[in-house]
Amino acid sequence: MSLLLLLVLPLAGAALLALRGERPEAAAVNAIFAGAGLACAAGLALKVVAGGPLVAFGEQFHLDAFNVFLVVLTAFVGFTTALFSRPYMRTEADRERIGARGLRLYHAMYQLFLFTMQLALTTNNLGILWVAMEGATLATVLLVSLYRTPASLEAAWKYFLLCGVGIAQALFGTILLYLAAEKALGAGGTALLWTHLAAVKSGLEPGVLAIAFVFLLTGYGTKVGLVPLHNWLPDAHAEGPTPISAVLSGLLLNVALYAVVRGKVLVDGALGTPLAGRLMMGFGLLTVVVAALFLVRQRDVKRLFAWSSIEHMGLITFAFGMGGAVASFAALLHMTVHSLTKSAIFFAAGHAAQKAGTQAMDGIRGLVSRSPAVGWGLLLGTLAILGVPPFGVFTAEFMILTTAMGRQPWAAPVLLLALGVAFAAVFGRVQAMVFGEPTGEPLKHRPLTAPVFVHLAIVLLLGLWIPPWIAAWYRQAASMLG
Amino acid sequence: MARDASFLLRFAPYCVFGCMVLAASIVPMVATGLPFAPAADVIALVGLLATARVFMALAAMDAGTAFGSMGARREMLVAGLAEPALLMVFFMPSLIVGSTSLTTIVETLAYQPFALHPSLAFAAVAFVMVLLAENARIPVDNPATHLELTMIHEAMLLEYSGRYLALMEWAHALKLMVYAGIGIALFAPWGVSPAGRWDLVPAALAALAAKLFIGGLALAILETVSAKMRIFRAPEFLGMAFLLAVLGMLILLLQGPPR
Amino acid sequence: MSLAAQLIDLLAALLLLMAFAMLAQRRLMALIGLFAFQGALLAASTAVVAWSTGQAHLWWSAGLTALLKAVVLPLVLRRLAVRLAVARDVEPLVNVPTTLLVGIALVVVAFDLALPMAELAGTITRGTLGIAMACVLLSLLMMITRRRAIAQVIGFLSLENGLFFAATGATYGMPMVVELGIALDVLVGVLVFGIFFFRIRETFDSLDVEHLEKLGDRG
Repeated sequence: MSLLLLLVLPLAGAALLALRGERPEAAAVNAIFAGAGLACAAGLALKVVAGGPLVAFGEQFHLDAFNVFLVVLTAFVGFTTALFSRPYMRTEADRERIGARGLRLYHAMYQLFLFTMQLALTTNNLGILWVAMEGATLATVLLVSLYRTPASLEAAWKYFLLCGVGIAQALFGTILLYLAAEKALGAGGTALLWTHLAAVKSGLEPGVLAIAFVFLLTGYGTKVGLVPLHNWLPDAHAEGPTPISAVLSGLLLNVALYAVVRGKVLVDGALGTPLAGRLMMGFGLLTVVVAALFLVRQRDVKRLFAWSSIEHMGLITFAFGMGGAVASFAALLHMTVHSLTKSAIFFAAGHAAQKAGTQAMDGIRGLVSRSPAVGWGLLLGTLAILGVPPFGVFTAEFMILTTAMGRQPWAAPVLLLALGVAFAAVFGRVQAMVFGEPTGEPLKHRPLTAPVFVHLAIVLLLGLWIPPWIAAWYRQAASMLG
Repeated sequence: MARDASFLLRFAPYCVFGCMVLAASIVPMVATGLPFAPAADVIALVGLLATARVFMALAAMDAGTAFGSMGARREMLVAGLAEPALLMVFFMPSLIVGSTSLTTIVETLAYQPFALHPSLAFAAVAFVMVLLAENARIPVDNPATHLELTMIHEAMLLEYSGRYLALMEWAHALKLMVYAGIGIALFAPWGVSPAGRWDLVPAALAALAAKLFIGGLALAILETVSAKMRIFRAPEFLGMAFLLAVLGMLILLLQGPPR
Repeated sequence: MSLAAQLIDLLAALLLLMAFAMLAQRRLMALIGLFAFQGALLAASTAVVAWSTGQAHLWWSAGLTALLKAVVLPLVLRRLAVRLAVARDVEPLVNVPTTLLVGIALVVVAFDLALPMAELAGTITRGTLGIAMACVLLSLLMMITRRRAIAQVIGFLSLENGLFFAATGATYGMPMVVELGIALDVLVGVLVFGIFFFRIRETFDSLDVEHLEKLGDRG
């Protein structure tokens, strides 16, 4: 029941907001729908944690520890971002960067995006997973070009084409998977159901699955932002409205990675060799290194943190690639804390950029003296994302690095170096933005900084002490991933 | 005729004409089991055509006029690109049948049960393109023009007159006939009378006449609807032909011989 | 070898030919025509598979493909081209022969990859998977070499055609829900593309994606 609500609510919200999305209360309605989704997700999580995995609606939907945790995370970040977007979008509307039609589109597409995310996570059918991922691109692409500036159009076009091509590769991978599955399960509806595939995974044809995984990895990897398929990501994050940057970083990347990991489980079962893991480690490592180097060159605050997202996704991909209980645990933890921290940073950075009237970091100065909440939020968020203890990111990175030292000793120094470069690059810039002579004008609508601190508090909590039920939950998911 | 030219100028027409007659006599258009059947190899055929071309180009340069050399150069440009394409086209039926002998190819293709060969379709299109280029037809060349910017084949014949010109023109017509014959033999060999069946020859002749009529009509239509392209586009055109032939070959290798 | 298998082989070869022709075609309207023809071939091949295997849902799929890929999308693209006044555009393509040679190399790669898989595809033809993969790669190549937005989109759609062909030729089609979902995505995608064209046009006065290369140097 709560599953049905989880999926129907955002659809209803999208329909409602598509008609009335320009009215002043639309932002609140948006947040209410997202909040109701969070309640549904929590209900589902309780059920799954207590009663184990469940399938529903003729096996078309499937929930286990792995995806239900992402469902909750998605719903949570979706809710807080909706809260944040209320004052943010009002300021944008006041400055006439966006009209009534734009607002309607924004609100409707926001709900639609949440729907595709939840559909991608909860579906048991790998074909539907693909459809939902493509739907997510379609829902967000018009939002990236919402401001209709040349730069935003370019970003959206790039996003659309690159992700479109990427997702087409993923479809090819899915077709190949189906080709192999047909042999084991017979033609028809069940051959793409993940639960069925997982049951017979050792009987699937290894040659086909290996090629299928390459296509799935490049396909969904484009959406994860893995180098060298990352080109769309900084542009799309920088040129779209900040709430969209927050959900792209916090949700879309996670869900795309989720799809890759689901594929990896099958391929590992069929191949019995670490091919999939090695591929993921290679791409992950490359991504971390390239992203760290590019971080140094950034001038735009949102691009800076977009590149930081690429870096972290690379790290998580690397961790999933290593596999094993500890690494998978760390990867899940890192997914959680990255998504919370990064969206918090985008909230703070969005307000900061609005206040300064520019996204260029040279134009943003003295946040702490002008609006302490935003300034401290940005500083703390940055410290958290850079892996300073005692935040949760540190815990996750520490676990990944120690595992890497034990299992992949060649990779550990590279990772460490890349993280060091990233630290230096980001911290220097953020420090200059937070302290120094203030610039910019005060905002008419009071910025909402509560979500920033709520997110950071959770991240801090996860760094200091992971509640046993969450740990058990992660462990359950990690053991499934192998 | 040019007085300063060597014997080559006078010798070339006989040579070219001889090559064409020989080529025409080995292509099984009406019946298989021709007197020259043992020599009817596709690679030898390409060699014959090349010999004729070499002599024609040499003779054109022999006269020492600018037009002759230019025509020879352009002819060689076209021929150098058309020949590999032609060879690739020939390889395809050879691969299907397992022999480079034209007689065997025609016998196998004409009398086997009906089968679709996607690769032969590619080869046919490529062959038509090669035919247009090699026989100086629109869109590569225009057989009726004497405009210096565009002419290729005609530029080589400018120095000829009298019986030599007649021989050259005859050889040229024969060449078109040979190409048409090859096309018919490879891609539409139905109705060719088997070796030793004299009674079927009249029917085969009628079939050939019908096929040639259709082919001529198609050529006329093709030349009417297409415009002559710039000479620098000719490599692209022939590149397409070569590519089509290669593509057909790849498809043949992938899909395998008909099971 | 049955007639159906031969037909599929022929249609597959023609599909590949269309992919090559699109790679070399300079005129936009002709490109749209080629795309429509490719869609028709795809529908025909789906219909042949449906006929030879007797799977009812493939008939639906064939009908859907014929309607969407051979009629609706080309019409939409044509109207877009007319309304954006780019219908008579001739795209300056550099070095078509090189592109085509690269295309051939891609075909070899695709065939090589597909051969081992084709062995175990128990369906009526073995060659389809390789050809489908080749079509996909060629469409990718086309998207890379094109500068005009509409041509890139056509490349994208023909990529989708290749994928569909893989689905029907190699596996008798995906489950119906998935196919419907994919069709929906394609349709919405084209709508979004259409909106995009106008936005790009409005902003840049041109549909040349050369204008969309400013962000690149910012890293």
